[in-house]
Amino acid sequence: MATNRFHRYAAMAALVLFAAIFIMPFVWMLSTSFKHETRIFPPPGEYPQWIPRIDATDAQGRPLVWHRGQSAVDLGADEKGMHRLLENGREISVAAADIARRERIRFYWENYTRAFQMMDFFQNLRNTLYICLMATLGTVLSSSLVAYGFARIPWRGRDALFVVVLASMMLPYQVTLIPLFAVYSKLGWVGSFKPLIVPYFFGVPFYIFLLRQFFKGIPEDLSAAARIDGCTEFGIYARIILPLSKPALATTVLFQFLFQWGDFLNPLIYLQDDRQYTLAIALQQFQSQHESAWGPLMAMSTVITLPVILLFFLAQRTFIQGITMSGLKG
Amino acid sequence: MTRLERRNLRNGLLFISPWIAGFLGFELYPLLMSVYYSFTEFNVIQPPVWSGLANYHELFFDDPVFWRALYNTLYFTAFSVPACLAASIGIAVLLNQKIPAMSVFRTIFFLPSIVPLVASSVLWLWVLNPDSGLINMALKQIFGIEGPGWLADANWAKPALVLMSVWGIGGAVVIFLAGLSDVPPALYEVAELDGAGPFRKFWNVTLPMLTPTILFNLVMGLINAFQYFTQVYVMTGGKGTPVDSTMFYALYLYRSSFFYLRMGYASAMAWLLFIVILAATVGVLVSSKRWVYYHGD
Repeated sequence: MATNRFHRYAAMAALVLFAAIFIMPFVWMLSTSFKHETRIFPPPGEYPQWIPRIDATDAQGRPLVWHRGQSAVDLGADEKGMHRLLENGREISVAAADIARRERIRFYWENYTRAFQMMDFFQNLRNTLYICLMATLGTVLSSSLVAYGFARIPWRGRDALFVVVLASMMLPYQVTLIPLFAVYSKLGWVGSFKPLIVPYFFGVPFYIFLLRQFFKGIPEDLSAAARIDGCTEFGIYARIILPLSKPALATTVLFQFLFQWGDFLNPLIYLQDDRQYTLAIALQQFQSQHESAWGPLMAMSTVITLPVILLFFLAQRTFIQGITMSGLKG
Repeated sequence: MTRLERRNLRNGLLFISPWIAGFLGFELYPLLMSVYYSFTEFNVIQPPVWSGLANYHELFFDDPVFWRALYNTLYFTAFSVPACLAASIGIAVLLNQKIPAMSVFRTIFFLPSIVPLVASSVLWLWVLNPDSGLINMALKQIFGIEGPGWLADANWAKPALVLMSVWGIGGAVVIFLAGLSDVPPALYEVAELDGAGPFRKFWNVTLPMLTPTILFNLVMGLINAFQYFTQVYVMTGGKGTPVDSTMFYALYLYRSSFFYLRMGYASAMAWLLFIVILAATVGVLVSSKRWVYYHGD
């Protein structure tokens, strides 16, 4: 039907438009991150440049200009405002209105090196990776154990306690934030990585829920057969259930890692020395000290964002499945 | 209890023991302490001093910033949550049209939602820059309009944050896409036989079938909006400027506790926030009986 095809094209056009709008900030970020500081703010009345450029110069560093379609070296202006040009080996004098700036494409990598130096980047990266890995490890180990206890062993009071797990997800973090800070400061943990890692070794309700759903879908016969063979409960968990649950475990690893990678509030509260900062905190600190250093700021934002985007492309299926799982069974 | 039941009980409790310990230590104890702190003057360094209802009294009667923060948060929630819902439903419906390169489009809409919030906030500071930001430059060059000062203007700061929140709808889009794939194609065929066009089909088939998913995204959206913090902290240097126009509830709570060291006061704020969130969630769930349609259940 013709109208059907028309609707399809209209939908397609709308999608292309929206997609362009959604991707624009990323392109803008990348573009700015490669711009020389003199080019970040376009001159009044000019279009912003998407491809980074700088003023073109000759081998001796003298600025190049266009004069009547010809390239010429600008030797500077005299007191009357006339520009002396070196064109085809001849020196001529022309009015400023007759010449146009000549530019060339140049990706200004120095924003990245500057940002790295100003931020103690590699130290911050090490801190972030350490916290991410430890917290993720804790989350997966503890949440899968707890989920197994809720999914695969029948015991009295199990379902009532599971309701408590679900209810604890509803509690806003602000309620426990202050007492936890008080406890950690009494323990002397403030200013260390411990508050960012240790709690994750005690099961995270969201992943307990996610893994329990998955474990429940594994046929009971497998456990029964293993029990007859004399396998312990822990053996069933470690050797049968975990290997069969790779998709759900992958979702847990991925989501928890990403959460830690971008987490802001907890590092903000508990890390006090800039040698301990994670990348997210370091970027915020950097931003508050260099508010208009947009080149290095965009370079740093790109560096923090890029691993996330790479992870997405490597694990696209796990992402989409995980989001869907948490959405539809919630 | 038989021997098997006893063994199962022991094993079950053993497996969930990390959670029990964590729940007691990281949830229940802090929860109770938080109630207690909310009735005290407490700065972490010295032990708490009982002050009765003083914190609550001050919040309600002597603190205009508190009311300002509550107003800002409700304003943001009231605009951001519906805008995000409408945009994510719209994009999901467009993506669901069996369009070529659908996964490319899906990726483009999804990516902003997984970017670390600090990075996307810094990026949006630049996008919203009044002079040379992407948005004002586009407004000027495409429409010839002089754009507002966005985050520099007390009237435009919150709309700027609402606009930015719409950029992060990727997760909701993916969830709506899954919801759309559960709509039985037969319903559309019947609607077509009855002569329904695309808008009627959307209004009378798609939307009712999506209501359970809308409910889920609505509740999650409300909970997140009430706790909106990282973006506004990064974009205003933790100050909620200009003139408190972006002083959001969670930001004021953070400032009360870690800037002014008024932990008791902030605990009282946390409980009021919990009550507001709970009331909103319960309200939505109760009302959902009237507008959520469960197909086949």
